[in-house]
Amino acid sequence: MSPAGVGGARVRVEGVHKAFALDGRSTPALVDINLEVQAGELLCLLGPSGCGKSTLLNIVAGFLPPTRGRVLVDATPITGPGPERGVVFQEYVLFPWLTVAQNVEFGPRLAGVEAARCREIAARYLDMVGLREHATKFPVQLSGGMKQRVAIARALANNPSIVLMDEPFGALDAQTREVMQEELSRIQRVEHKTIVFVTHSIREAVYLADRLVVLTSAPGRIREIFSIKLGEARDRFAPEFTRYESEITRVVKEEVAKVRE
Amino acid sequence: MSRREEVMFVNTVTDLVEWGLHGAPLPRGRAWVLRAGAVVAFLLVWSLASGLVVLGNLFNPIFLAGPWRVLGKVAELAVTGQLWGHVAATVERVVVGFATGALLALALGLPAGHFPVVRNLLEPIVEILRPIPPLAMLPLFIVWVGIGETSKIAFITYATFFPMFLTTVHAVGQVDPLLLRAAASLGARRTPLFFRVVLPAALPEILTGIRLGVALSFFVIVISEFIGAEEGLGYLINDGRNFFLVDQMLGAAIVLGLLGYAGNALVVRLGRRWLRWERPPA
Repeated sequence: MSPAGVGGARVRVEGVHKAFALDGRSTPALVDINLEVQAGELLCLLGPSGCGKSTLLNIVAGFLPPTRGRVLVDATPITGPGPERGVVFQEYVLFPWLTVAQNVEFGPRLAGVEAARCREIAARYLDMVGLREHATKFPVQLSGGMKQRVAIARALANNPSIVLMDEPFGALDAQTREVMQEELSRIQRVEHKTIVFVTHSIREAVYLADRLVVLTSAPGRIREIFSIKLGEARDRFAPEFTRYESEITRVVKEEVAKVRE
Repeated sequence: MSRREEVMFVNTVTDLVEWGLHGAPLPRGRAWVLRAGAVVAFLLVWSLASGLVVLGNLFNPIFLAGPWRVLGKVAELAVTGQLWGHVAATVERVVVGFATGALLALALGLPAGHFPVVRNLLEPIVEILRPIPPLAMLPLFIVWVGIGETSKIAFITYATFFPMFLTTVHAVGQVDPLLLRAAASLGARRTPLFFRVVLPAALPEILTGIRLGVALSFFVIVISEFIGAEEGLGYLINDGRNFFLVDQMLGAAIVLGLLGYAGNALVVRLGRRWLRWERPPA
């Protein structure tokens, strides 16, 4: 595990297979996944629905055990969920009985950080996501976009070296979604976490990713890995952006077409 | 903003969803007038019915005492001081019996909901005992621990345990797994996971079980006070039956109703405080 502080850890997925029992038969979901995510890298997992990208993320999070293979964080194999791997869910999953600030403080409090320091941490990350004046509200009082900001602040406040994001902006409207992408990209320039980001939006992936992994249709294998060399502040209308977008769209469409056949 | 618009202002999505089904809630004052009106109308119909019995010479008016006579009887019992001993006896039995039942239900239900091993040990026994109407067990309690206070308290404990145990097990067992995952990835395991996530997430349903338990306590106390009690509102009703004092029977029943209402209101109030996050003030 990497020392606490800004910066990420390296994730290695080694020979991971995952099969689910379906009607009494073992059905493969992921086949032979080998992948290395560099420290501080933002890696997007992209693929047709049902391709196993969320399953892979859940395995890295430690929520699901792989059928074969293993996942290492730096040199340590993972055995379950842990605070060094923060998770942001599509459904936000805030604790509804805690206020916004208490949600963000949840991790540090558990870790035994003293109360005054916890408040400082919460204030810092709520500032970062622009929600400081909503600190005393409860989750039911927030919009979807605000909830997801709290969830991101909560994950970051626990100072994980890795952040796993499972279609975090999937439930948001198009405008909010772009704003959130911009905020995440801005935060990442400060925090340099290792981020694994699952999405089915090619635009979103091209906007955010350092590298982008396209999975095949089910069972998921790695189809192709793209390095997105567009620099830090990206312009969605730049010609190079569009070039990546159309190239990746072509690859993804081939995979979607396979499902239809 | 005009007053009317102020009332209509939507504070949360929850409001919007509920309003979509029922329309906006009535203004406070109007709701209160409707509620008070209903009570007055009820008393009016009741007086009219008992008055008709007297005027029309339908049957012996002793069978249907009018509301004013019943309330007069309650007042009389209150002034002479007799009422308070009976109320105290009933309330004491309910409080001790219910509290013991609730403690047992939580002490067994929380671990049973959380640990499959405990659930599998407890559930078969509960499932065998639960369908037996608690009333069937009352004579046994009397044989076992005598006709005094203990059997009455034990009976309430026994009867209220089951609904509170079952809702607690269900509440703890049904906590959204995503909440548990979120907590685990923030570093919560075992004890903190239970107390900081499972328990607060299960609390709304546990409180529903507790409300059921309170209601049930008042339900069953009367029955056990019919049998071999010298005090209590159930005794007062039974005593009224023996001496044909219909006003006393109805009076005691009304006092019981008020006590049950107060008990429920207390739990609802506690719930509002503990579950402030469900409907926070805007």
